[in-house]
Amino acid sequence: MSATTTETPTGIAPASPRRLVDIVLRARTFGILGVLVLLVLITTAIQPRFLHASNIQFILASTALYALVAVGETFVVITRNVDLSVGSVVGLSADVSANMFQAHHGIAIPVVFLVGLGVGLACGLVTGIITAVGRVPSLVVTLAMLYIIRGVDTLIVGSGQPVANALTNSFNNIFHATILGIPDVAIAVAAVVAVAAYYLRTYRSGRELYAIGSDPDAARLGGIPIGRQIFGAFVLSGALAGLGGVLWATQYNTIDATAATGLELQIIAAVVVGGVAIFGGSGSVVGAALGALLLETITSALNVLGVPSLWTGDLRLPAARGDHTRPRNPAPAGRCATPKEGSPWRLKPAPSKSASRRSCAGSQAWRSPWSPC
Amino acid sequence: MRWESGLAVALVAVLIFGNSVSSQFFSSYNIFTLCTNIGDLALLALPMTLIIITGEIDLSIASVLAVSAETLGALWTHHWPMALIFVVCLAIGALAGLINGVLITRVGLPSLAVTIGTLTLYRVLANVILGASTVSNFPSPFNNLGVTGFLGISWLSWSVAIFLVAALITGVVLRMTPFGRSLYAIGRSQEAAFHAGIRVKRTKLLLFVLSGAVSAAVGLLYAFELSSAGENIGIGFELQVVTIVLLGGVSIFGGKGTIRGVALAAFVYAGSRSALLLTPSFNENDFEVVSGGLLILSVLVPNAASFAQRARILMRRGQIRNRRKLLALADAEVLDRE
Repeated sequence: MSATTTETPTGIAPASPRRLVDIVLRARTFGILGVLVLLVLITTAIQPRFLHASNIQFILASTALYALVAVGETFVVITRNVDLSVGSVVGLSADVSANMFQAHHGIAIPVVFLVGLGVGLACGLVTGIITAVGRVPSLVVTLAMLYIIRGVDTLIVGSGQPVANALTNSFNNIFHATILGIPDVAIAVAAVVAVAAYYLRTYRSGRELYAIGSDPDAARLGGIPIGRQIFGAFVLSGALAGLGGVLWATQYNTIDATAATGLELQIIAAVVVGGVAIFGGSGSVVGAALGALLLETITSALNVLGVPSLWTGDLRLPAARGDHTRPRNPAPAGRCATPKEGSPWRLKPAPSKSASRRSCAGSQAWRSPWSPC
Repeated sequence: MRWESGLAVALVAVLIFGNSVSSQFFSSYNIFTLCTNIGDLALLALPMTLIIITGEIDLSIASVLAVSAETLGALWTHHWPMALIFVVCLAIGALAGLINGVLITRVGLPSLAVTIGTLTLYRVLANVILGASTVSNFPSPFNNLGVTGFLGISWLSWSVAIFLVAALITGVVLRMTPFGRSLYAIGRSQEAAFHAGIRVKRTKLLLFVLSGAVSAAVGLLYAFELSSAGENIGIGFELQVVTIVLLGGVSIFGGKGTIRGVALAAFVYAGSRSALLLTPSFNENDFEVVSGGLLILSVLVPNAASFAQRARILMRRGQIRNRRKLLALADAEVLDRE
């Protein structure tokens, strides 16, 4: 977002934006898939163990949590907001749901999922109300909620290490259960992703989310109930993070008040790698889910190849790259797609002149990336 | 009322509250602890303020701090001279900031995404530099920074003393120099600033380099204060620093904010934390709720006026539309009360 442009903002040809967006989105998704396939091929060539069924199952099952939370985050990011509180919501929900077993022996598992969902909904409601009604920047609100929810978490469970042995086997088995070799949780999350993708693509209110993210002022003038839509996005994000918390509890045996600390950054990384523009208005949940899958696969690949897990963190830097292509500034689709190719290990995106110019050419008046509503 | 005046009132209130909670609050030991807790965060808040004023953000500061601290540890175990270590650490910090800045200004990526990425990247590098070991045998004048007061003043920590000087300089630069004023111009409208002849990209790049270098310097200071450099040093600092800056009345949209406000906010933050910790039945983790609440208040309060106005308009609109309904409701309420 910089200003050294000699092009006038009006100098951009109003090409058919719908088709361009479609092309770009598809190119992005294919780009991620390409990288994913390449990664799997290379890793398997070096270490055939990587393609072992149990490893693939583990990758899919552990992606499920990230993909689920990333779906909610995508809804929020599309509206040009950001939800930094998801990590804390996952932590709180994980603690509460694990504590349910401690408090009520033999509690039914669906009830635990409902409780987790409820916890997430409550958090999402609070965040949504403050953001939408107070019209304050979501970055600040969710940063505050990150603290508050984590603090509430600590108040509820104390800072010890509860629930390690109170979880029932059937609960822990949720994470490991498979149908036809595919983990249950992965199937369930894939269904959620499909529904969310269909909603965003087809439903009027789904399209309105994109409109809000592209240009909040225009959306307001266009009669879109901005506040309500953003509120809805935050509630959804909270709810999915709440469910994610229960998944977290099934996945990890030791759960304490620091569970899922810092998860929000991984989720945002997955979302941005998945091609969702951090300034809103473009991206898809399928991309976000694939982004989560890609990051998880990279982690696993590095583990299999014997690279210490310390190193995996730097792979999130490509997160920054995803935003390179912004369909709001119509540019030839081929050019938009280029930065997605290439290795995810590259630290710096190739600094192409067209890219830096494009990123500022389309911005009419410069606006802050995290303006409210 | 100006935001800074409100903060000054809040600071006085916090001090009175602290004194009423415990007579220990104003003991020189407690004030010293308070100072050591806040000095480093406040120092990090200075470049962060400048960056947020230009409408960007730098979330990688804590990781740069860690890189610097762990480089210090690693080089010290290899018996490098201290002066050389300082130079190397500051250079590494500046380089880290330069990478952020180039990605943001020259490649044109959003600072939020870039610095979230480098937050993890630099943290990983830091852990690689020193591994799982912890270095704590720093030489004596440095090792005492966290224990002895500044120039023999027992309640004033070195970090806060350095912060006060640095804040004064930053405040003067921000308020009285063309460079400082240009930051506000950039934050208000990047396009307008550019057309007014301000070198927007170069200024931002400079700020990110500055932020990196300051973070590295604070990393050294912090390691000396703890008299150890190890894994996870300074983890999560970035969010606390952003909290302090926003609490200081700096607008996240850019173009607004003063160093005075940030300095006051730092002391309100530290004071309320210290006072609350002195109350029985309050533990450290509960403060997260308080700081989160403060953060929400800091954005809600400036909006309160417009919010009230909007509510009034909505109510009026609603009244016209549903006057009958409202009247009926009001009647029911009156009846209830009777």
